[in-house]
Amino acid sequence: MAVAVKTKETSEVQTEQLMTGCEAIAEAIRLADVDVMAAFPIRPYDTVMQAAAKLIANGKLDCEYIVADGEHSQFEIVKHACAVGSRVFVGSSGVGWFYAFEAIAVTAGLRLPVVAICGNRALDDPGAFGTEHNDSLAVRDLGWLLPWAETAQECLDLALMAWRVGEDARVSLPVAIGLDGGFLTHSQQLVSVPTRAATDAFLPKFDLGDRLLHPDNPITIAPQVDQDWLMEIRRQNDAAMRRAIDVITEAHADFKKLFGRGGDSPFLDEYMTDDADVVFFGQGTLALPMKVAIRRLRAEGHKVGLVRLKWFRPFPTDEVVKSLSRFKAVGVVDRDYSFGSPHYGGVLYNEVRSALYSREQRPTIVGFVAGLGGREIDQSMAREIYEKTAAAATGGLSAGDQCHWIGVRE
Amino acid sequence: MKMAVETATGTGTLPQIKGVKEVPYDELFVSGHRTCQGCESALVMRHMVKAAGPRTIVLGSTGCMYVANTTYYSTPWVVPWMHTQLGASGSAALGTAAGLKVLMRKGKLKDEKINVIAFCGDGGGADMGIGAISAALTHKEYDLLVLLYDNESYANTDIQLSSQTPWGAVTTFSPTGSERRIMHTRWKKNVPGMLAAGHPESRYIAAGCAAYAVDLMNKIRKALEVGGPTFVHTLDPCPKGWDYHPQYSQELGHLAVEAGIWPLYEVLDGVVNLTGPTRQIAEGRKKRKPVEEYLRRQGRFAHFTKEDVEHFQAEVDKMWEEWLIPGVIPFTIPQKDVTLLNIDKKKPLHATA
Repeated sequence: MAVAVKTKETSEVQTEQLMTGCEAIAEAIRLADVDVMAAFPIRPYDTVMQAAAKLIANGKLDCEYIVADGEHSQFEIVKHACAVGSRVFVGSSGVGWFYAFEAIAVTAGLRLPVVAICGNRALDDPGAFGTEHNDSLAVRDLGWLLPWAETAQECLDLALMAWRVGEDARVSLPVAIGLDGGFLTHSQQLVSVPTRAATDAFLPKFDLGDRLLHPDNPITIAPQVDQDWLMEIRRQNDAAMRRAIDVITEAHADFKKLFGRGGDSPFLDEYMTDDADVVFFGQGTLALPMKVAIRRLRAEGHKVGLVRLKWFRPFPTDEVVKSLSRFKAVGVVDRDYSFGSPHYGGVLYNEVRSALYSREQRPTIVGFVAGLGGREIDQSMAREIYEKTAAAATGGLSAGDQCHWIGVRE
Repeated sequence: MKMAVETATGTGTLPQIKGVKEVPYDELFVSGHRTCQGCESALVMRHMVKAAGPRTIVLGSTGCMYVANTTYYSTPWVVPWMHTQLGASGSAALGTAAGLKVLMRKGKLKDEKINVIAFCGDGGGADMGIGAISAALTHKEYDLLVLLYDNESYANTDIQLSSQTPWGAVTTFSPTGSERRIMHTRWKKNVPGMLAAGHPESRYIAAGCAAYAVDLMNKIRKALEVGGPTFVHTLDPCPKGWDYHPQYSQELGHLAVEAGIWPLYEVLDGVVNLTGPTRQIAEGRKKRKPVEEYLRRQGRFAHFTKEDVEHFQAEVDKMWEEWLIPGVIPFTIPQKDVTLLNIDKKKPLHATA
């Protein structure tokens, strides 16, 4: 439950309140005037559904709130509500996300801008509640836009961005915001909450145009196309994903103008990188312990910084290449695994390597798998990551020693 | 936006059809599909939207009536139509109905009655999608109809058995062989009875058959008119899956009902009403035909021995002679409790209907 220890008017367009990442998403749901949402319990994402239910119970949100019989139904319900013109919200975590997988796949195929959160959680078996990014990452090839939040503030901001970008006719793709389970879904932080009027200035009304399923527009959606047309349709999804880069950039600029937040780049958040030789690269709440480590390492004279990825899909290749080419070595920290992948690295590691492959001037890249199952990445682990990356920068690591598991009891 | 076709049934009210001459002329399911010759399920689709009229949205889950029915560039649907996943007919209906309701409440869409119908086959409905249909039938705040067209197998994928395939029938997952004559040994799930018994807030649940077209269209209309979440289950003879000549589809539909294998009925606000020949049988005005007349017309039962036919007959007899409500509710009551429950099984069941 949100404990509003203080509510202060910070400006005409927003107020400040203490809330968790999930509660911040619920505030965004209220501000976006969501029409239909579907809930099903699984930790840790489900506190967003609890917070939204309370908003409805208190008359602050007018929304069809359907408690579904499972995650597959949850995602099907909002998909179909979206097809008749509703702004929708849904979410899940871990194996629940996988239970919905068929519906998740077709939502992207249908180009329906469903907005979801994935409260990132380790997949069973064996059971674990904590953060791992493999649930969200499993949909990386399907046409979902995948931003990752670091703070409760960013949860709210990214949610508003999600409806704006996803519903934009140039994109019309679903969006799933990654929230690290526990660390972000359940941790309270101060959040600036926009006013409804300011939100309306940022977020236009949802309009499906001539794709609306309605008796006045009797279209047939998703007939059997077979080999005759599927490739052209896939190509359209590809084009929409490519256009998303510009649409995100536009939305980010508008957001910054209205609310004064969001940083310089819509895609990357850089911390102490100006003179850095070595940087950490990762996404989500990983940034917090790494920033602490960076301050301590810098106090000892090490030139180290952090580049945090805000959008995994579309992968901002140009921005990533431009940024990382400036450094001698990059330590990519994956809160995920990809068993049997090239060099046995994490997903992010191989994405970054792929992005940089064609560049003549490219940094040494070292991969780290850390913090699985929600294990805390502590300062000794951060230091180990730094030392290995710095050693690679000076040729101290062999080519066959590129990927490391950090903090594992052997 | 284009205007949908104007028809006499486009007023939003759906009166009961008194005879074949009152059936709407307009076709809302037209040419452009490639279903098999003699496909009774395609006829169900045609009757379904004919009865519902043009202010209707249809959601179709994967199965014959998706794959064979809806090819890109040649849709047979005059009404808006959208695909949904195999097990998602209940959720599709729910999401569509919820979306329309909230958009009309918020003034984002013109407030009018729009029928929401989601259909599924027996595989999508009775097997994979039963949970979502069950959930949908508990949401009395939404107007929706789930129609299950039952051709008694996964007919689109090569005739594999479903929970609606009759006992003993040959399918590609239950062939007959030299060692095992009968591979499929499960009795058909009683879907409409189960849904009617288990969903007190669904006002209308019915079992129909396109061989009784007016009866079926009236059931569709009643389901849409009473509102809330409703369910109609049709038995659809399938030449490909049941292995008979396409010209006999209607005849086999009649035989299934006349042999008492597929009782026609409706449950409106908890009151059972037997319809068509089923009612005549229950009232003693018509004799049930032997199941053998039905079974021997189909290749899928060609391997049946005399004992197999007798077993089938005995199970159908049980439905009529022992069930609490013949063909609908399968419990039996000890003789000593019949008076207690004030049920006289000798009297017609539907005196008040």
